[in-house]
Amino acid sequence: MAKITFIQPDGASQVVEAEPGVTVMEAAKLNNVPGIEAECGGACACATCHVYVDQAWRERTGKPSEMEEDMLDFAFDVREESRLCCQIKVTAELDGLIVRVPGKQF
Amino acid sequence: MTAQDVGTGDGSGAGPVETDAVVIGAGPVSLFAVFELGLVDIKAHVIDILDKPGGQCAELYPEKPIYDIPGLTVVTGQELTDRLMAQIKPFGATFHLGERVDELKRLADGRFLLRTDKAREFVTKVVVIAAGGGSFTPKRPPLEGVEAFEGISVHYSVRRMEDLRGKDILIVGGGDSALDWTLNLAPLARSLTLLHRRDEFRGAPHSVEKMRALAAEGRIRLLIGQVTALHGAGGQLEAVTVKVKDGEERLAVNAMLPFFGLTMKLGPVADWGLNLHENLIPVDTEKFETSEKGIFAIGDINWYPGKLKLILSGFHEAALMAQQAHKYVYPGKKLLFQYTTSSTSLQKKLGVR
Repeated sequence: MAKITFIQPDGASQVVEAEPGVTVMEAAKLNNVPGIEAECGGACACATCHVYVDQAWRERTGKPSEMEEDMLDFAFDVREESRLCCQIKVTAELDGLIVRVPGKQF
Repeated sequence: MTAQDVGTGDGSGAGPVETDAVVIGAGPVSLFAVFELGLVDIKAHVIDILDKPGGQCAELYPEKPIYDIPGLTVVTGQELTDRLMAQIKPFGATFHLGERVDELKRLADGRFLLRTDKAREFVTKVVVIAAGGGSFTPKRPPLEGVEAFEGISVHYSVRRMEDLRGKDILIVGGGDSALDWTLNLAPLARSLTLLHRRDEFRGAPHSVEKMRALAAEGRIRLLIGQVTALHGAGGQLEAVTVKVKDGEERLAVNAMLPFFGLTMKLGPVADWGLNLHENLIPVDTEKFETSEKGIFAIGDINWYPGKLKLILSGFHEAALMAQQAHKYVYPGKKLLFQYTTSSTSLQKKLGVR
């Protein structure tokens, strides 16, 4: 199991346990993390699971694919560290991952 | 009640379209409903707000694989749509695309009157709501107070280009809509800025080229950044704050066109007097009928205990719905249950015999 910390805009944080192989979005939904809507169910077809990856973890989560970049165009307040968390697969390497939930999903 | 009593339809003077069934939505479940209705001799008109059939399959994931359609190991959203369109061809449904059903009410004779946003009217014996997540509507940027500007100086679509003549226009987005409107409005705007979060565009390459040429000639301004605040009063936009790479910029504009794609909203369905449960329409699991007799709801938009939002569940719901619809369209006529494998009459309808 990998521990993932979701930090809300108000600073509240929630640590969830995720099985390697699921996506960070699925881990959020399974644990009712607020602010992760995932309207399309993980098809990379909306932009409602937008998160900011903590600087220390950006290298390990990698860069968005071209498809994900295109979809990020539909997110609000996109930053360098923006990702759609349905496109981040949980691995043992990501144990301890920290992501921030944006103030608004579109 | 005669046709004249219920209005003038599409304005052609021909009156409303009279039909047996109207299917609201043109997603996969709607398309299969046309098939099941067709097998029991019910002709349908299909209305959808998108300009193409397929619903979410065509709009959200045309190229993405679907693995749980029985008998098809893998199929893309677009291919499933194309296959369904081929499968329902024998039943000659009439499609009304790019239209939204705004009103639905029961007439004195028990039939239903529907009216679209293009003022087209239908009088029908049964209504099948297969509207999925609701109607696709433009995404509203979550900027504070944006509602106050909508329809006055913030527009999600362009109805009349002339209304924007001489304006200082801000177009936001990086897809085809943003690019097309940039190209179309540049000649008549007083100034035009195209704002996108990155210096890469999803739109058609030739549109990107044309846009870059206009920017190079100084006829438009291409700005990389994101809107963070709107300024103005009484619905009239005066300026926007834009977050750019190294700071902020205040941009004086009096019209803004944000193009952030589409999202699904329940929309007018909520106003039709049907019982709703968390924005879904409760139905029984025998006929998939709503709280109103003759109005059915199938696919993602309905709810019943154990409901799964799967295309295959919607297909099943369509088959059972058609059995009950037959009772309303052909009262008193016995419906013989038949298989397409062996029934001569069904095979004739399918045009394979």
